[in-house]
Amino acid sequence: MKFKPYALASGVLALALSGNAHAQVEIQWWHAMGGALGEWVNDLAKDFNASQKDYKIVPTFKGTYDESMTAAIAAFRAGNAPHILQVFEVGTATMMASKGAIVPVGQVMTEGGQKFDPSVYVPAVAGYYTAPNGQMLSFPFNSSTTVFYYNKDAFKAAGLDTDKVPSTWPEVALAAAKLKASGHKCPFTTSWMSWTQLESFSTWHNTLFATQNNGFGGTSARLAFNSPLHLRHIENLANMAKQGLFVYKGRANAPDANFVSGECAMYTGSSGLYANLKRNAKFNYAISTLPYYPDVPGAPQNTVIGGASLWVMSGKKPAEYKGVAAFFNYLSKPEVAAASHQRTGYLPVTKASYELTEKSGFYKQNPGTDVAVTQMIRKTTEKSRGVRLGNFVQIRTIVDEELEQVWNGKKAPKEALETAIKRGNEQLERFEKAGKS
Amino acid sequence: MEKRVRFKSAWLPWALIAPQMAIVLVFFFWPAAQALYQSVLQQDAFGTSIEYVGALNFQRLWDDASYLETFKITAFFSAVVALGGIALSLLLAVFSDRIARGATFYRTLLILPYAVAPAVVGVLWIFLFAPPMGVVSYALQSLGLEWDHLLNPDHAIALIIMAAIWKQVSYNFLFFVAGLQSIPKSLIEAAAIDGARPWRRFWTIQFPLLSPTTFFLLVINVVYAFFDTFAIIDATTHGGPGKSTATLVYKVYYDGFKALDMGGSAAQSVVLMVIVIALTVVQFRYVEKKVQY
Repeated sequence: MKFKPYALASGVLALALSGNAHAQVEIQWWHAMGGALGEWVNDLAKDFNASQKDYKIVPTFKGTYDESMTAAIAAFRAGNAPHILQVFEVGTATMMASKGAIVPVGQVMTEGGQKFDPSVYVPAVAGYYTAPNGQMLSFPFNSSTTVFYYNKDAFKAAGLDTDKVPSTWPEVALAAAKLKASGHKCPFTTSWMSWTQLESFSTWHNTLFATQNNGFGGTSARLAFNSPLHLRHIENLANMAKQGLFVYKGRANAPDANFVSGECAMYTGSSGLYANLKRNAKFNYAISTLPYYPDVPGAPQNTVIGGASLWVMSGKKPAEYKGVAAFFNYLSKPEVAAASHQRTGYLPVTKASYELTEKSGFYKQNPGTDVAVTQMIRKTTEKSRGVRLGNFVQIRTIVDEELEQVWNGKKAPKEALETAIKRGNEQLERFEKAGKS
Repeated sequence: MEKRVRFKSAWLPWALIAPQMAIVLVFFFWPAAQALYQSVLQQDAFGTSIEYVGALNFQRLWDDASYLETFKITAFFSAVVALGGIALSLLLAVFSDRIARGATFYRTLLILPYAVAPAVVGVLWIFLFAPPMGVVSYALQSLGLEWDHLLNPDHAIALIIMAAIWKQVSYNFLFFVAGLQSIPKSLIEAAAIDGARPWRRFWTIQFPLLSPTTFFLLVINVVYAFFDTFAIIDATTHGGPGKSTATLVYKVYYDGFKALDMGGSAAQSVVLMVIVIALTVVQFRYVEKKVQY
């Protein structure tokens, strides 16, 4: 209350002075972070605005990832796109293909007069958003990866050792069976079916999800998740579903609620769930690495990233780009990036922020928060660098549609995977053709 | 005797219909023309590269086996929603017409759902049916029925049909109540004196006299089921499991706004437009003949 008259007065003063004093440059930032994460985004903007006088970041929540992207596309077509747009990782190929609509972040930084060294960013994260010619196209803002969560209280009730993590799929099935025997209704479930059970599963086992190094080699990539290993995993999950050990809880991150509420005991999902879990879970939980098949050579390798990055839209004034560069520079500061990582569970953006977090003893005090980092920070192989495909949104929906018919017993795993590949490849062919024209 | 009003002025009638024409032009013809135009183009998400592709977008639909399946689902869904919604609200309207005391209270309650946004309707129904904690799914479970609209296609389609009907019942109800009130009481009293039971009075007097209302609602409800239900589907099933609740309009929405395939989405909306125009023509040409004004 005390601040209000002051704020008002300074507002009026600013208005009065804006004629001759140089005015603040406003920078629009459209994002898709709701709830606890929305507060984080607003705090970042507030702190940056307080740290200097020339620029003002204005964050606007535009709904889910796809809603904010659609809104930005409509705005771009109408000629008033925001300066910064948060785009989820599956939209990356679409953004890369829209050459006239975006300005590469590397270019924004150097032209904005900021010292810019791409090598300070975590390679597995920045690499995903880097063009084949080595230029960083978007700013890695909130990158997550797939991790394994389990409910320690449920483990205890089922007579399982709460400190012995089921680290392989056979162990997950055994733990699930024990949970079920103790009367648990939902021993295991997963969010983001394609991301956790096929994409990350592939890189974790150093196996290709799609040809052309999962799309990094070019747009002629085609889906390849019908290998014996993939088939074995889906058959395994189908068997678990039949026995009530794996319970399907819907698409995208809808099943988050089923784990956070305590309904499901084991869960594969985004490391970005941490902020929500820390605030809302009324039980003891632990975070661990994704399960794997121990007999597969090279497993475990590394998991793929998810989350989103910040893209800079084209057609703005040079002064505004300078502000964007200053903001990105601010976000890359070790202490800012480290605070973001610790607050949200998203991956650290720069190596320095990881080291800072480690030095502060955060990982020791919050066991499990380093899981995502250690899964990602390993040296990647050609097969495990990530998955970057065109029309990826549709491909993920196709995987959802086909696998749902496996879980309800209408299709055999092999048939479902083959159909998903056939339908998905049609999307990839279309994307390849559109890129050539 | 000629009842029609004749304007002496040449421009006055045009001026009087101009506002209405402007609305129709801006909100119907212009978007429809846009859809037609976009359906022959292929473009990237931001519209930075646009290419004329002729009928390619339509060709792709023709080659897509699942598109035909979508037609069947839509036909079933729309028929059940339109007819079910009309039947249910007629029943409610007839009952509420017979209530002597507190009629306004009941009517207000019945009209309330109309004020709820479709996406919220979807979420409300999800709450009721969410396995295993939703109120209804919990009750069904104790009756021995495992409700699972995430994996059981029959449950999924039943869920969106119920939600879609619930949303539209109020609207239909309002019109039926008005229609019933405009039927002269003397007709019904005369029939009652002649010894006609309520059921017979309904079939031989009220229902035929309501036929203009029923016909109007049939047209409106078919259009509603075809066009206005995607938010409910998006909030509940996302077209799943598999593609079993993906109706035509949901596919238009998904391909356009989620998949950012503007050309394909526009082609589908053109197809949808043709279907609804054809249906409306059929309704006016054949069904309307049975209507007594």
